[in-house]
Amino acid sequence: MSQQTNGPVRGDLPVTGDTIIFRCQLNGVETEIEVDPAERLLDTLRYRLSLTGTKEGCAEGECGACTVLMDGLPVNSCLILSFQAADRQIDTVESLDEAVLAPFLEGGATQCGACTPGVVITANWLLENRDLLDTHRIRELMAGNLCRCTGYDGIVDSIEAALKADGAGGSA
Amino acid sequence: MAKLTGRELYVDDIPSADHLWGATVRSPSARGRITGVDFGSGVDWSEFVVVTAEDIPGRNAVFLMEYDQPALADGYVRHIHEAVLLLAHPSRETARRAAKLVTVHVETESPVLDFCAEPSTEDIQYGPDNVFKRILIEKDDVEAALAAAPIVVEGEYFTGSQEHVYLETQGMRAHVDGDVVVIQGSMQCPYYVLKALKPMLARDESEIRIIQTPTGGGFGGKEEYPSMIAGHAALLALKSGRPVKLIYDRWEDMAATTKRHPSRVRHRTGVDEQGRLLAQDIEVVLDGGAYLTLSPVVLSRAVIHAAGPYACDAVRIDGRAMLTNAVPFGAFRGFGAPQAFFGLERHMDVVAERLGMDPVEFRRINLIRDGQQTATGQTIKDGVDRLEVLDSALRSSDWTARRAEFDRQNADDPLIKRGLGLAMVHHGAGFTGNGELMLQSVVHVAGTQEGGVEVRTASVEMGQGMTTIFTQLAADRLGLDADSVAIAQPDTHRVPNSGPSVASRTSMVVGFLVEQACDDLRRQLGLADDVRGSAVTEAIKAWYSDSSSADLIGESTYEQPHHIDWDEETYLGDAYGAYAWAAYVAEVEVDLRTYGTRVTNFVAVQEIGRVLNETLARGQIQGGVAQGISWALLEDFRWQDGAMQNCQLTNYIIPTSDDLPPIQVEFLETPYPFGAQGSKGIGELPMDGPGPAIANALAHALGIPATAIPITPERLMGELDSIAALEAS
Amino acid sequence: MMAEEPEAIPLAGGTDLLVHWPAHHEAREATYVDLGRIPEIRQHRWTDDALILGGTTTYWDLIRDPRSAKDLPLLVDAARQVGAVQIQARGTWAGNIANGSPAADGVPVLMAYDAVVVVQSERDICEIPLSEFYFGYKKMLLADDQLITSIRVPLAPRTNHRFDKVGSRRAQAIAKVGLATVRAEDGWRVVAASLAPTVCRCPAVEALLDSGKDADTPASFETALAADVSPIDDIRSTAEYRRRVAARLLFFGPGSLGS
Repeated sequence: MSQQTNGPVRGDLPVTGDTIIFRCQLNGVETEIEVDPAERLLDTLRYRLSLTGTKEGCAEGECGACTVLMDGLPVNSCLILSFQAADRQIDTVESLDEAVLAPFLEGGATQCGACTPGVVITANWLLENRDLLDTHRIRELMAGNLCRCTGYDGIVDSIEAALKADGAGGSA
Repeated sequence: MAKLTGRELYVDDIPSADHLWGATVRSPSARGRITGVDFGSGVDWSEFVVVTAEDIPGRNAVFLMEYDQPALADGYVRHIHEAVLLLAHPSRETARRAAKLVTVHVETESPVLDFCAEPSTEDIQYGPDNVFKRILIEKDDVEAALAAAPIVVEGEYFTGSQEHVYLETQGMRAHVDGDVVVIQGSMQCPYYVLKALKPMLARDESEIRIIQTPTGGGFGGKEEYPSMIAGHAALLALKSGRPVKLIYDRWEDMAATTKRHPSRVRHRTGVDEQGRLLAQDIEVVLDGGAYLTLSPVVLSRAVIHAAGPYACDAVRIDGRAMLTNAVPFGAFRGFGAPQAFFGLERHMDVVAERLGMDPVEFRRINLIRDGQQTATGQTIKDGVDRLEVLDSALRSSDWTARRAEFDRQNADDPLIKRGLGLAMVHHGAGFTGNGELMLQSVVHVAGTQEGGVEVRTASVEMGQGMTTIFTQLAADRLGLDADSVAIAQPDTHRVPNSGPSVASRTSMVVGFLVEQACDDLRRQLGLADDVRGSAVTEAIKAWYSDSSSADLIGESTYEQPHHIDWDEETYLGDAYGAYAWAAYVAEVEVDLRTYGTRVTNFVAVQEIGRVLNETLARGQIQGGVAQGISWALLEDFRWQDGAMQNCQLTNYIIPTSDDLPPIQVEFLETPYPFGAQGSKGIGELPMDGPGPAIANALAHALGIPATAIPITPERLMGELDSIAALEAS
Repeated sequence: MMAEEPEAIPLAGGTDLLVHWPAHHEAREATYVDLGRIPEIRQHRWTDDALILGGTTTYWDLIRDPRSAKDLPLLVDAARQVGAVQIQARGTWAGNIANGSPAADGVPVLMAYDAVVVVQSERDICEIPLSEFYFGYKKMLLADDQLITSIRVPLAPRTNHRFDKVGSRRAQAIAKVGLATVRAEDGWRVVAASLAPTVCRCPAVEALLDSGKDADTPASFETALAADVSPIDDIRSTAEYRRRVAARLLFFGPGSLGS
C-alpha cells in the first residue's frame, strides 16, 4: 500500500477482538487494512491510515466536516461503517492537488480550517459536475458543510470565481 | 494551503502511539454535596487510570481571575456537567463507555436558576449576595436629568445564550517529557493555560510547556476552558505516565464548556421633543453561571458599551454579573457588548417611534461628534466621520426607498411582510482601561541564520489570519519578502508572553509590537531606521557569521499611548485607545404561514482604521455578522436545571450556506497611529450590530415588540398574538 | 440470511442508524445486514403505471432522474429537503419508511402518492399500502425477518402537488411540520409529518377540501386537523406552533384554491 498520509499509522484505535479486512480503492490506490467490524470509515481513515484531513465535527451527519467522496458522491464518513465502503472508490481531501485548491485560498473560503477539507471536497465535486447547476443553486449544494467562520460568502465567492475562470456561470 | 489540503495537524491529528484516551465523569446535579461515586459493571476497571481531586498535586482550581472553580469537584458541585473525576484507557470507545458507567451520587440542594431574581439566604454561594461583580458608571445627575426631561421612555430587553460551535471541538494532549509536563492543544491563550496549571500542578513555568496547535475556531470559547481540559489531561498523564489525549465530542463540548452570558438590559431614556438625548439610565444584568470565569471583565465591556456611540450628558450604567447554578458563562466574541447593544439599539428605535421621529434622524442627532464624550467621559477625537459611516450604510441598503417600498408591499400582502432595520455600534479594541498596561505584552522578532526573521508571539492562529497579518507586518517593516518571515508556533518555552488572542487586540496591539520589535532588531544590527530589504538580510547573515554572536532578538514591550487616561475606581476616562465604528442594515422577510424570518440582505459598513488585508478583514466581518444573525434568529437554548438540553448540531441550530444572504461589507479608513499600519481591532465588532438591526427590521415589518432574542418562529407567533390581543382589547 | 438471524438489523444508508455511533455501545455489538451488498435492490424503474423504487434506492437517485420531477414532483421536492447532498446520497426511501420517524420527509410524499410497500421474507412477499403501514410511534407492519425490497408509486392523473416542510433552517433540518398535499382524481390526499406519532393521512382535512367549501380562516383547518393529528411539545417546537402552522399552510395552500 502506498498511501499519502499525514504520518505513520497510529495507535489511536487498538485492535481488540474480532477484526475484518477492509479493502477499497482509496485516493486511487488499492488499500487493505484490518479494522474493527463496528468501525466508522471516518475512524479508519483518521486513526488507522493517518488521513487526518477528514475531521469529526458532530458524529451525526450534520456538519459535513467528515465529507469524502464514495463512488464519486459526497458522503459523511461518520455515517458509514468501513465494511459498507468495502470495494468502493473513496476519495479524501488528501487526493486534491493544490492547483485545484488555489481559488479557495484567494477567495477567503478558509479561516480556521476545520470545516475546510469537507468544504473543498463538496465544492470540487460541484466544480467537476457542473450540470448540477442546471437544477441546483451553489448555496443549496453546499448546505451540507457547516462553517462557523466565514458566513459562507468566502466559500460561495470562491466557487463562483472558479466557475468564472473556466467560463461557466452558476447562481448562488 | 495546509488547511485546504488537509495536512494541517490539529490536536487530534497529531501522530501519536501508545497514548491513552481520557474521559470525564460529570455531575448529574446542579447543586449539592457529593455523597459517593459508584463504578458500575460492564468494563474491567483494572484497565483504567482514575484521577480524582485527591490526585491534584497543587491547588484544586482552574485559576484565571480567582481560585473559585475547582479542576475536579471536591465534595460539592455547583452545576450539571461539572467535572468530578477523570478516566483514561487505551480505547477511546471504552473510555467513553466507562464514563457512563460511573454514578456520582449527590445530595441535591435547590439550585439558583434565575439570574434576575433576588437571591434568598439559602441561595447564596458567592460573597454576601451572589454578585460576581458590580460596576457603576455615573456621569452627571441622571435622576435630575430624567425629572427634567419632557419625555422618558422605558424598555426592557433580553438576550439568550450562545454556543460557540467552533467546528473543531476542544481537545488537549498531555505528556511528560523528563521534568516537563507538555501540553499541546486547541487554545486562544497559551499563557492563560500556563497561569492555571502552575498552581494546579504545583510547578513553575520551566516545568510546564504549553504549545498551541492549529486551532479550529475559538470565538472566545477557547479563552478560559482550555485551561480546564489541559489540567485534566496533565493530571491523567502524570498519574498514568503515558501520553493522554482528551478530545471532547460535540455533545460534551456543548454540554460542558462556557457560552455567551444571557442578559437583561433595562433602559430609562430622557429626550426632548427635538430628539436630543438628555439622560440614559441603564441597568445591565448578566447570568454568570456557577463560577466566576471572566464574568467581571465581560460585564465591564458590556457596561462601557451600553450607552452606545452617542453623546449624552447624564448617564448612569449599573451593571452586575450574578451567580447561578448554570454551566459557567464565559468569553464569546463581543464579550458583553453584543448584549448591551441589543438593548440599546432596539431601544433607540423604540424611543424614536415614541417621538414620532425617523430612527435614522434620531441617531444622526445624537451620534457622537469629535470633541464630545462617551459615557465614561472619554473625549472622542479620532477624526472619524461617523455620519459618513451611517450615510454609507443608508446608501448601500437603499434605505429610504426600500423602507417606503416595504411599507406599501406590507399593506397589500397578507402573507409576506418585509422590514429594514438599522443599528449603530462601536467597539473598543484591545483590553479595557489599563488592561494592556497591566498585561505588559512582549514580542520578539528573531533573526535567522538564513537572513530572515522569526516572529515570536503568543498570539494564535485560529482562522482570523494572524499568520498572514504578522508576516505582512514584519515583511513590510523590514522590506523583506514574505518568504523570509516565519511565524513561531506559540509555545511558552519559545515565545514571550504577548498576551491572549482575544479582545480584537491581535493585529492592532500585538501587531504594533511586532513592528516595534522589527525596529529594535534593526537597531541591534546597527542599522538606521530607514534601512530595509537586502541590507537587513545581509546584516542578519553577517551577525550569525560570527559564531560567537548571541541570538539576534529584537524585542518590544507594550507602552500605553499617552492619550489614554483611565480611572479603574470611578470607571471614568479613556476606556479604550481606539474604537471601531459601524452602521449595519438588515433586511428581513417574514412568511406569515410559518412565522419564519429570513434575512434577505445585509449591509455592514465600518470604520476600522487601516484595512491590513481586504480578504481577511471582509471574512472577519462576514463571519461575525453571520454569527450575529444566527444568535438573533436561530440559536435557541433548551435549559433544564442550568444544563443545555439540545447539545447536538441537529437541535442547536446554526445556519447553513442556504440560510444566509450575501453579506455586503464596506470599509472606511482613518488610520489609528497606535495600531499596526494604522489598524484598529475588528474581530468582535461585527457581532454587535446584527441582533438589534434584525429586531428593528422585524418591528418595522410587523410592529412586534422584538425585545428578546432569539426571535424564533415560535416566539414571533407569540409576539403577533400579543399585539393582536392588545388591538382587540 | 434474515431468516437465519432474525435479530440482524438491515443497514442501508446508515443516515439514521449510525448517528452518534461511538456513543451507542449496544448498537455497536449488534449484527447488521449490509443491504449495499445486494445490488439488485438498488435500481429504480418506471413501468407503464408506476415508479418502482428499489429497497436501497437513494434520494439522490431520484433527484438525478429527470422523469421524477416531471411525473412525481413531490418526491424530488422532498428528496431535496432531506439533510443536504451528503445525506441525499446515502439515505434511502425504504430506510426512511423502516426507520418510522414521525418527522420523515420521504414518507409523507410517498403516502400522498398512494405508495405501496413491498415487504419480503423467506416466507412470502406481501404488499401493504403505506397509509396502513404504521400503527403507533415507530410501530409498523414489518417483522424482524422481513425486508422492504421495493416501493410501488402508482402514476395517476394528479394536480396541485405541494410539499411544505417547516424546519428550523433551510437545509439539514428535521421537520417541525411537514405536509404533503395533492389532488387525485378521487379526491385530496393530505399527509402530515411531525404532527402525530406517525406520518399519517388526514381524512378530516381531506374531507374538508373535498367538500369544496371555502374555509374562511385557518381556524377551520385547525378544527379538521384536531380530528386527524395530535401534535406535541418537544425539543424542536411546540404543539401550539405545529397545530397553527399546519392549519395556515393548508388554508393558504390547498385551501386557497377554491372549489
